[in-house]
Amino acid sequence: MNQVANPAEKTETAKRIPSQSGWTVPRGNICETKDNYVLELEMPGVRKDGLEITVEANELTIIGRREDTAPKGNVVYRESRPTDYRRVFDLDPSIDTGKIGAKMEQGVLILTLPKTENVKPRKIAVVE
Amino acid sequence: MAIIRYQEPELTTWSPFDRLATLRDEMNRLFESSLGTFGMRDFGMFSGWSPALDVYDDKDNVVVKLELPGMKKEEIDISLHDGMLTISGERKQETKSGEGETFRSERYFGRFHRTITLPTTVAADNVKAAYKDGILTVTLPKTEEAKPKQIEVRID
Repeated sequence: MNQVANPAEKTETAKRIPSQSGWTVPRGNICETKDNYVLELEMPGVRKDGLEITVEANELTIIGRREDTAPKGNVVYRESRPTDYRRVFDLDPSIDTGKIGAKMEQGVLILTLPKTENVKPRKIAVVE
Repeated sequence: MAIIRYQEPELTTWSPFDRLATLRDEMNRLFESSLGTFGMRDFGMFSGWSPALDVYDDKDNVVVKLELPGMKKEEIDISLHDGMLTISGERKQETKSGEGETFRSERYFGRFHRTITLPTTVAADNVKAAYKDGILTVTLPKTEEAKPKQIEVRID
């Protein structure tokens, strides 16, 4: 069975960016519909213009840069982490990487990965 | 390929590969966060959704931020009582019925509930809340008595 997405953590690339102490891995949901795969990633604090989504040779990299909206004042209690988000996926060749769609809603990135035409179920007519 | 469905609380089947990223994330949060008296939170790793909470204190306001991605503002309830701020709500999972399989489900859904004991008294009538980019920000202005004042010391 094809493995559609596999979060491969590319720690070598992460180390080349020295300005951060690390990345946060955003939580994701992956599901499949008839024509697409849908990937939802949770990245609160990231706006549309803070997103960097790139595809290179079947590898999908998603980086979300947080808006620096820390309120002025003392920190009384902090649980959130100030790091940006990053996740990398290996895409199955049945995904048409030229037609990937992305939408951002309240901190959730919804990526639609369409399947290439020849893997969609097709009816084949029988000729006498 | 197995269809992986997570139901909370998830204690029985534990597939090591799938939860690795979230497990490491949770471990980091556990070790980094200081256990203050604010925000009653249970630290069970498999216990369901506890959104990340920040509390800030400046000269005029107490600001509370909660990371709640993918919700609608009608689904969030905020209430203030006796110096304690309670934020709760429920995130519903949109089930696209009948269509396809779910391969991976890391996002939490369902109810959440956080209670914060505020560090100073606040003026309850002027509390404002905004929900943007998946972060809920509640701004609670301090009462006049709670604001820091400069006191002159005179030496006789």
